[in-house]
Amino acid sequence: MQVVEPKTGLAVAVKATVKRDLTLLLRRRGEVLNPLVFFALVITLFPLGISPDTDLLAEIAPGLLWVAALLATQLSLDVLFRGDFDDGSLEQLLLAPQPLPALVLSKVLVHWLLTGLPLAVMAPLLGVMLALPAGSYAVLAVSLALGSASLSLIGAIGAALTVGLARGGVLLSLLVLPLYIPVLIFGAGAVQVAVLGGNAAPHLALLGALLALALMLAPWAIAAALRISING
Amino acid sequence: MRCVSWARHAFNGRDWLAKERVWSLMGFACKVPSEPGWWENAVTFRLEGRGLGCERDDRWLFANLDLAVGPGEMLRVEGPNGSGKTTLLKILSGQLSEHDGELLWSGKPMRRNRTAFLANLLYLGHAPGVKSALSPLENLAWYQALNGEHGSEASRMAALDEIGLYGFEDVPVAQLSAGQQRRVALARMLLSPRPLWVLDEPFTAIDRQGVAALETRLQTHVARGGSVILTTHHELTPLPALRRVSLGVS
Repeated sequence: MQVVEPKTGLAVAVKATVKRDLTLLLRRRGEVLNPLVFFALVITLFPLGISPDTDLLAEIAPGLLWVAALLATQLSLDVLFRGDFDDGSLEQLLLAPQPLPALVLSKVLVHWLLTGLPLAVMAPLLGVMLALPAGSYAVLAVSLALGSASLSLIGAIGAALTVGLARGGVLLSLLVLPLYIPVLIFGAGAVQVAVLGGNAAPHLALLGALLALALMLAPWAIAAALRISING
Repeated sequence: MRCVSWARHAFNGRDWLAKERVWSLMGFACKVPSEPGWWENAVTFRLEGRGLGCERDDRWLFANLDLAVGPGEMLRVEGPNGSGKTTLLKILSGQLSEHDGELLWSGKPMRRNRTAFLANLLYLGHAPGVKSALSPLENLAWYQALNGEHGSEASRMAALDEIGLYGFEDVPVAQLSAGQQRRVALARMLLSPRPLWVLDEPFTAIDRQGVAALETRLQTHVARGGSVILTTHHELTPLPALRRVSLGVS
């Protein structure tokens, strides 16, 4: 029997992984809806709990929306690799003759498409409840779309490190939250500036820079973390 | 006459420009390899472990283990529960990096030609690696794509029919029995030709006919020049190609 030469076909593998993960998550809608419902509930409860005073709400809205979105992303991270780890697909993913960073990047992409992007789309609607001034909706959506992609990438490193642990949820939060802080500061800052009528472009540019950095480094970190977890 | 037939072989072989052969073509006296199939040497494979050892929780599972598997060989890893069979299989499939000794694939250290090794490996672990929310066809499509192949729906259907899942191709795996789920994973053996199979308890949850068919399949693979490393508590038919490694025996 002849030796098989490694084929390239990375595009085929990445496309199939994206398709597979999308199908899986769309068949288990509960997992997809959970962070979105959490986000909506938290934001709905704030006006009830604090005060219906629109001036006060408008002032705290950027921070509230961003913190709630960040926690909603955090909530969805634990299951990113858990299912694959439990049924043995993860070891098969690591044994694929393809570069692992590219394969994990496609998994993170699906996570962002079904968590970060819906959060960014929902946020302006919830902003209405918090009496967010009209001019800042676009900035809110864009900042969340950019920021949540960084959050997915950074969070995936933590998820990969804790996937082998039976109860990694708390550890995952502790590992990942400090790394989320720059994204939170610039994201909420962008919306704040837009609320005050200033130019949010510098903040958005910084969010973009953070995303570029995360895109460059996170896939390799996730791949290494997965190898460590499988070793354990 | 000998020279003519040799020259034909030389051009069929991959490294026909090797020094001795060119010299010999130019009329120099030269050693002509005589064993049949020698020109295929460049494309055969061999997985070799030297001085393998693994320590878990301050206990050595095994140490100084030397083994090698080449074409047409079947290696059975034996030992009682907890003796490190699965760990050894994981080391041999390149999944665990924390171990003593070194692994060689076709003579080169595994670290350096990992992709070449992985392209030749089919590993089936304890967990079948099958997604319960997907159908058997969708599961196989993903595995084919991971190899960089598109594959065809017809080939996947044929593999599932042959493994005994006719009529279940589109049923979500969650609705199949444990043995049928195992068969979905086993169908990967029929899809992409991989010379080296590393199988961890492949007979688990398979019915009697299935076990016989699987054993025949393993023998055919070995007869075709593939190789198999497996652990099982099932009694295998003794074959000349079957070798054994025993763990946990002091």
